[in-house]
Amino acid sequence: MPDATSDLEVFRQETRDWLEDNCPEDMRKPVKTEDDIYWGGRNATFKSDAQKAWFEACRDKGYTVPAWPEKYGGAGLSPAQAKVLRQEMSRINARPPLSSFGIWMLGPALLQFGTEEQKLHYLNQIARGEIRWCQGYSEPGSGSDLVSLQTFGEEVSDPEGGDHWVVNGQKVWTSYADKADWIFCLVRTDKEDKYRGITFMLFDMESKGVSTKPILLISGNSPFCETFFDDVKVPKDQFVGEINRGWDVAKYLLGHEREMISGAGGGARTAAIGAAMKRHAGELDPCLRVELAMFDVDALAYSAMGEKFLDEIKVGKAHPAQPNMMKYAGTELNKRRHELMMAAGGSRSLEWDSEETDGGQPSRNWLRTKANSIEGGTSEVMLNVISKRILELPGA
Amino acid sequence: MPLYHDDDQVMLAETTSQFMREEGAIAKQLRHWRDRGCKDGFGHGLWKQFAEMGFTGILVGEDDGGLDMGHVEAGIVLEEIGRNLTPSPFLTSSVLAATALKHGGDEVRGRYLPGLVSGDSVFAVAIDEGAKHRPERIATKAEKSGNGFKLSGQKDFVIHGASADMIVVAARTSGSDADADGITLFAVPKDTAGLDHDSVRLVDSSMATHTKFEGVELDGDSVIGEVDGGREILDRMLAAGRVGAAAEGVGVARGAMDMTVDYLKQRKQFGRLIGEFQALQHRAAHLYSEVEIARAATIKAQQLLDNDSEKADLMASVAKAKVAKAAGLAVREGVQMHGGIGMTDEYDIGLYMKRDRALQEFLGDMYYHAGRVAEMSGY
Repeated sequence: MPDATSDLEVFRQETRDWLEDNCPEDMRKPVKTEDDIYWGGRNATFKSDAQKAWFEACRDKGYTVPAWPEKYGGAGLSPAQAKVLRQEMSRINARPPLSSFGIWMLGPALLQFGTEEQKLHYLNQIARGEIRWCQGYSEPGSGSDLVSLQTFGEEVSDPEGGDHWVVNGQKVWTSYADKADWIFCLVRTDKEDKYRGITFMLFDMESKGVSTKPILLISGNSPFCETFFDDVKVPKDQFVGEINRGWDVAKYLLGHEREMISGAGGGARTAAIGAAMKRHAGELDPCLRVELAMFDVDALAYSAMGEKFLDEIKVGKAHPAQPNMMKYAGTELNKRRHELMMAAGGSRSLEWDSEETDGGQPSRNWLRTKANSIEGGTSEVMLNVISKRILELPGA
Repeated sequence: MPLYHDDDQVMLAETTSQFMREEGAIAKQLRHWRDRGCKDGFGHGLWKQFAEMGFTGILVGEDDGGLDMGHVEAGIVLEEIGRNLTPSPFLTSSVLAATALKHGGDEVRGRYLPGLVSGDSVFAVAIDEGAKHRPERIATKAEKSGNGFKLSGQKDFVIHGASADMIVVAARTSGSDADADGITLFAVPKDTAGLDHDSVRLVDSSMATHTKFEGVELDGDSVIGEVDGGREILDRMLAAGRVGAAAEGVGVARGAMDMTVDYLKQRKQFGRLIGEFQALQHRAAHLYSEVEIARAATIKAQQLLDNDSEKADLMASVAKAKVAKAAGLAVREGVQMHGGIGMTDEYDIGLYMKRDRALQEFLGDMYYHAGRVAEMSGY
């Protein structure tokens, strides 16, 4: 009988060797600015040779999406192997080779709801970093109450053949819409039924009638856009799931978005910060030290929760609403982290565009985290969902 | 190792849960002994039943008649103890003293472990000196005397001290109070001359002692491990005890939370179930999140202990501190959300608050452990 533990140890050694050979030194440094992240896509450019080499090595090995099946561009790793890979990458501080809403959000939804043709086509593109995706969910009148969305699609009979749908409306908070190649989008296709009247559509951002306008945030950056649709044509084979059943796909995908925002996989968002702040500040005010210690307790406990959550989700042991708890706790923790980092950094961390702060990273990052508990479902909505689906409180 | 219970552990949890719900229930144990003013604060009959279930020797090696299981399994038992507020000497005997004895020689193991496994013996540990847990400083002295030692000093917060057949005592055999080295652990049998217990009942109805050692004569066989080499065993014992106390605290937190959430679904005011009010829903949901995280940290610490990982000590403090935060929140919210009846002795929620308070203090509160996390992290 093969010994599962020793097989896993063999895999660990192979992974270590492979990482040693393929992960360049520069890719083992912390991600500091947007330039350090590779998003892929039609117009992607690499910021360094190391970034290119690391991405290509992972792409060819299936390690941009290690747990996806090989036919869809992954490496087909088992949950236990994927965990080993994650641990080994984290051990050497390897950067993610490819960051992508396709990997985090659309991919899992396609794996669950897509046709075989859609999976082969879109998942391989995502795994290979060829298409950069954005998400069209929120609208000006539909934030927390997302299901009230109004962007409307109706079927048009084309006399020249090839029936399609025409979409009109506006989305907001579309992350990186101005840089994305395609969008996955919630569109109302039945005005009578609130929940069963939404269809999940995919389309090219270069389609006629699509326009975007960046939104300037308090951080001084513009990661989000307003996105407008004016008679955009969408063929029916670009729907995921059935017509009018897009809310099922949306809910499933939101679960993954919440996992992503909660930083469930570990990494910098769940790490302790006290020691780094001491090095940074030289000396800590006694009361700040106490706050940091209390924070580190919460952060280290939360990282155990993240590990447990990932382990459980892989074998179907996690409560289906647990991502909401992870998202709530993770984002609130991250906001606290940046408040403490600002305090420990003192006046230096107020600098908005100095070289020493890489262009005001401390304050810009601090401000950016305020969106963590708003985007992808506010903390208040998360607490509503926990009340209703986990605690089963009445009328929630 | 995945961070959840495997099939065997799930089975143990189910068996233990049923046993503790039936035999360890609040009315049957805690209230029963409390209302009779029991001098032990727990029932020896239940302790014998623990032995029949195999709990007493859960951490004891097979050669010594135990089950040779790990801290995850001990934690399963402790979580159910916490949930039912079951008074028992399990944590002091089967976790703390058993961990110390594991590092003892054949003589001391042979003398004490059979009684533990059979449920005939109860053990205590004497660590604290003063009202706060400061095991870094130990002043209680054991001086060479003939072939043995003479023990003098005072220990406080010795849980089950007066009921114990043996007390594990951390004493100084060389150096000065704040030295890490020079500590020796002794197994002190009850009724030894010079042992003086001042028994006190605590807020949670458990019994503790201020114990004086006035020239207590001990033979060389009562040393656990090596003379002057007790600090490492003490640290292991403390880590096991802290993680165990965290597991019991998780049980207290979950018990209080479940009781409170149930109450929100029954109690009506303003013509509505109070659980319909969002002001309470959000607090309950936040509490759920904190308790889940505390439980994950505790299981992580148990696994690290079982793997003998160098990170176990840090995680033990993380777990103890996090559970203190979460369980403290659970009992405070529990009493508040129960309203007036939460203040009555008739309702159990107040008993959870009392047990939590005592458990918080045992082996270091959240301030002690948060400080320890900072020190171990280098700031």
